[in-house]
Amino acid sequence: MSKDKFLYTKDHEWINKDGDVAYIGITDYAQSELGDIIFVELPNVGDSFSMGDVFGTIEAVKTVADLFMPVSGTIVDINNKIEDDPDLINSDAFNTGWIVKIKIENSDECLELLNEKDYLKIINE
Amino acid sequence: MSNIPLTNDEIEKMLKSLSMNKLDDLFDIVPNKFKYDIEKISLKESLSEFELSNKLNQISSKNLNANNSLFFMGGGSYDHYVPRVVDTLSSRSEFYTAYTPYQPEVSQGTLQYLYEFQSMICSLSGMDVSNASLYDGASALAEACMMSIKHTRKNKVLISSMVHPAYIDVVNTYLTPQNIKISTIGNVGGVTSINDIKNKMNDDVACVVIQSPNYYGLLEDWDSISKTKNTSMLIGVSDPLCLSVLKSPGDSGCDIFVGEAQTLGNYMQFGGPNIGLLSCKEFLMRKMPGRIIGKTNDIEGKQGFVMVLQTREQHIRRDRATSNICTNQGLLALRCTIYLCLLGKKGLPKVMQLCFNNAQYAASLIESECNSFNLYKSKRNFLKEFVIEADISAKKVQNDAINKKILIDRPLNDNDDNKILLAFTEKRNKDEIDQLIEFFKSYG
Repeated sequence: MSKDKFLYTKDHEWINKDGDVAYIGITDYAQSELGDIIFVELPNVGDSFSMGDVFGTIEAVKTVADLFMPVSGTIVDINNKIEDDPDLINSDAFNTGWIVKIKIENSDECLELLNEKDYLKIINE
Repeated sequence: MSNIPLTNDEIEKMLKSLSMNKLDDLFDIVPNKFKYDIEKISLKESLSEFELSNKLNQISSKNLNANNSLFFMGGGSYDHYVPRVVDTLSSRSEFYTAYTPYQPEVSQGTLQYLYEFQSMICSLSGMDVSNASLYDGASALAEACMMSIKHTRKNKVLISSMVHPAYIDVVNTYLTPQNIKISTIGNVGGVTSINDIKNKMNDDVACVVIQSPNYYGLLEDWDSISKTKNTSMLIGVSDPLCLSVLKSPGDSGCDIFVGEAQTLGNYMQFGGPNIGLLSCKEFLMRKMPGRIIGKTNDIEGKQGFVMVLQTREQHIRRDRATSNICTNQGLLALRCTIYLCLLGKKGLPKVMQLCFNNAQYAASLIESECNSFNLYKSKRNFLKEFVIEADISAKKVQNDAINKKILIDRPLNDNDDNKILLAFTEKRNKDEIDQLIEFFKSYG
């Protein structure tokens, strides 16, 4: 999948926008830092969150991390596959390891996110 | 290590920062009636160790306890028989001195008995997962409410008025500061009103709490209540010993079971330490508080036991842990495990049969022979404990009883001063019960 349109947060979430809906996941760097992911706590479809809200948690063998909303929106779909196979996030973070699909509330918020180049700069610092 | 003394200067500084004048001001929050005036203690001349020991024994022998009285008290702590083997095995130093089993390679004994404890609690409660115990039944209930609140993301708790009043107090202490609304469900003749649950049920309710047998010893109908719970969690509170003869909470529609396991091989010991039980259906597993032990294989493929799901706990999840509790009541859980293994599936119901026979025998005699006392609402659907109503002051009856070395209870929430709570364990015999009846008959 082309990552040209992907935007990023400093907290290592990615968002792939298509009109007013978008897929959200965590970056390949984030999964490699966490190690073997064993559980993801997902929100319910229909839940609404503001930009920066915690929408779930991700559990690795020895740590737990919060998942933050890159932009405000409502959950329209969750990736049921990662409930049974959280491994997918380790093996394919940017594609089949997506976490939630949201309806974006305010597209302007996307302007505050990082592009790939800026994100790579942060993680290489 | 350096000695850090507490100087008067430092005390003064600390008091000043607290806007206090003297150290005693720190204890202003304690009601005066609980404070003891140290000036009033009149110490006599010194005694030898032997003389002092005799003196203290003399004083303590004035106390009535379960061993030197006719004992019919209950209300959450019960005088069941503790087989000697429980004391003998649990006082083995391998168990007694063992530290928290963080290192599975040196803690297989502790981990295995806790795993067996959990398995037996799951079996008694009809649940999928149990933790390795909590501090007591009351705080376990508060934890179960918080689990429900986290799972449902709702903020209202419905709790039956027939749940032990001290448990309700503890739930209030835990939840009120977190802005959780607690609403009490009314009762009809000592049994939770299903209509009142229906009236109070709405989309904000995180859980419904029902104890069975309830505080008055009466059985509740979890099955019917579970049909009214909507999207909330049903928390079933019970005495695990009673569960050996009841349909389990798990099979009766409860999502979480909470219990007090003092009854399984533990003494009453002045009301504590006690041991809390908490088990639940699998979907709530990750919201559970406390320690959980799991079975696994080591690198050679041999069976072994380890602490599992530790990502719920404080040492990993920090401030977002499911609970502040990340330990368990290890030694008492060991005693429960030994007790349960010893009595087994056949022994536990036999103990309950004896309790039931004693309670029903006493109830029959109170109904037929004690004119000043009545069974509460004429109800007989109890196992080992029930409430009677007196035509006279219950407080007076209790005091009269003490003079005859008979210990009976009054419900904590009896504002009418006419109720007596009686418990009958397998340790009571016909002769003792007949003496209690004679005492009641003395009122005509």
